[in-house]
Amino acid sequence: MYAVFYKELADHFNSKRFTILFALASLAAILAIYVATQSIRGEVSASTEFIFLKIFTISGEALPSFLFFMSLFIPIISISLGFDSISSEYSSGNLSRLLSQPIHRDAVINGKFLSGLTILSIIIVSVVAIVVGLGLRTIGVPPTSEEVLRLIVFVLISIIYGAFWMALAVLFSILFKKASTSMLSTIGLWIFFFFFMSMIASAIADAQIPLDSNSTLAMITQNAEISGTIGRISPCNLYGEAITALLVPQTASLNSAIMLISTLIEGRMLTPLPFSQSLLLVWPQLTSIIALAAICFAISYIKFMKQEIRSI
Amino acid sequence: MGQIVVETSDLSKNYNGLTAVNKLNLRIEEGEVYGFLGPNGAGKTTTILMLLGLTEPTSGTVQVCGHIPQREPIKVKSLVGYLPEKVGFYEDLTAAQNLKYTAALNGLPRGEVEDKIATILAMVGLSQVADHQVNTFSRGMKQRLGIADILIKEPKLAFLDEPTVGIDPKGIDDILNIITSMSRKGITVIFCSHQLPQVQKVCTRVGIFAKGKLIAEGPVRILKQQTSQEGQYRIEIQIADPVSGLTDMIKDIKGVIDISGPPNSPLIICSADLRSQIAKTIVDSGSSLIGMKIEEYNLEEIYKKYFREE
Repeated sequence: MYAVFYKELADHFNSKRFTILFALASLAAILAIYVATQSIRGEVSASTEFIFLKIFTISGEALPSFLFFMSLFIPIISISLGFDSISSEYSSGNLSRLLSQPIHRDAVINGKFLSGLTILSIIIVSVVAIVVGLGLRTIGVPPTSEEVLRLIVFVLISIIYGAFWMALAVLFSILFKKASTSMLSTIGLWIFFFFFMSMIASAIADAQIPLDSNSTLAMITQNAEISGTIGRISPCNLYGEAITALLVPQTASLNSAIMLISTLIEGRMLTPLPFSQSLLLVWPQLTSIIALAAICFAISYIKFMKQEIRSI
Repeated sequence: MGQIVVETSDLSKNYNGLTAVNKLNLRIEEGEVYGFLGPNGAGKTTTILMLLGLTEPTSGTVQVCGHIPQREPIKVKSLVGYLPEKVGFYEDLTAAQNLKYTAALNGLPRGEVEDKIATILAMVGLSQVADHQVNTFSRGMKQRLGIADILIKEPKLAFLDEPTVGIDPKGIDDILNIITSMSRKGITVIFCSHQLPQVQKVCTRVGIFAKGKLIAEGPVRILKQQTSQEGQYRIEIQIADPVSGLTDMIKDIKGVIDISGPPNSPLIICSADLRSQIAKTIVDSGSSLIGMKIEEYNLEEIYKKYFREE
């Protein structure tokens, strides 16, 4: 398996794809710093707690935050690293030659998946490192140990989230022989989850509990709860919730209804949760993402192992 | 002869209700160059995949070099080299890099790999382009690289699936020569093709496949005898201004079995090489003989004969 892993890794490093993805991600990091330096002054005057994490979460008037960039780029990077992993071997005529070598069949898929994941981790870690480094320079406040801890967990969750999209892309690359079909299906699924799922969720919620100016608080919260629950079908939402809770320690709950009420009652600023509590808060999200990634990988694994070589 | 390298008994494979291989019994000995001959879809590739352990047989048993491929795939695959029909390489890597990857997959010690690659590339005539990317290679070069890819693991047995398809005559000759030299090195070769002259040229034994069955097997010479009773000859002649009745005169020569075709270019089938008698008859009759060609019965006839029977 290591032979496959090292070769794939070397291929990734030499590919134009990697250069482009890395450039894109770095650009996002620099933009995030730019946004942060533009708008961080206003935030500092309000509260100086967890000021370092604000670099990651702050959004400008026109430009979104680093978190948004991450939630946008991680699936794109993962998908572009994985969408042709098996189908390209098939279409280039390498697969049957590869499988006739004295390696187990799963070494191919494991090696490819792991090398993709390594590349993804390198990109995520370096991008976060860029932001941390530039952030230190521009705002001059070092992060506290808790902030560092939160950032590490954030990086881990991001990698797992990327692993989910990569597993999905690998699955499609096994199901479809054409790389373009597998790319389009994965991207299509991502667009559905990223853009449409929340719209669908709120549409369903509104159909169940229509809101108007006379709506009671109970109805509003119920509506929010329904749309929140349906929204969680989408892995994008799960990830979004998880990283928000981690990097915005003030997030007291991920239950949209409670969040709504608490903002209504207590105003915008809430007391931050300790790290352990934040972690506890994102635990369900985290396990769901891990489960999704594991399921996707398991299906591709079985599919690949069982497939007749002629039809691969 | 040496020991048995490949042995199958009643080997069958069904793909979604279609029988690709039907009760195949095969015994191939060490050092043979065995030709799998048959049209596309006759079950040649499927048989190879089962021998490699890349596909499970529906029924029957396989043994390759004393191992059962389905049970010990890694062992079998380290002893056997396979050149697939549509062989491909990593196009962005050079020839040497591609071979290095195969060497790594085979767990060859790193120190020896460089030298070995150089030797093998020289053997298949690709030394000049060892550091060129594969995407600049012609089809013939890729096939030769495919053979190099097999040789790097020093196999006991090599499967070549249609290695000569889509290659110019010079390239075909190169590949056939490499096959001969592989055999000289002691590698048992199974050469899969639907092109008879090539199989005839290099193979010591041939198995003819049709619809998943092995319909005839043996050395080319013996197969010929089975087909042509008493060793028939075909003589094609070209005559300018044939006199009338010439056809009958030729037919009267002793040993001529049949004569057919137009009077100026008849095809004569006879039991012996009667060229001189026929030439004499033609010249004596007052016609002028322009050309004469003798054809031994070759595999093509055998091939056609078996397929007519199918």
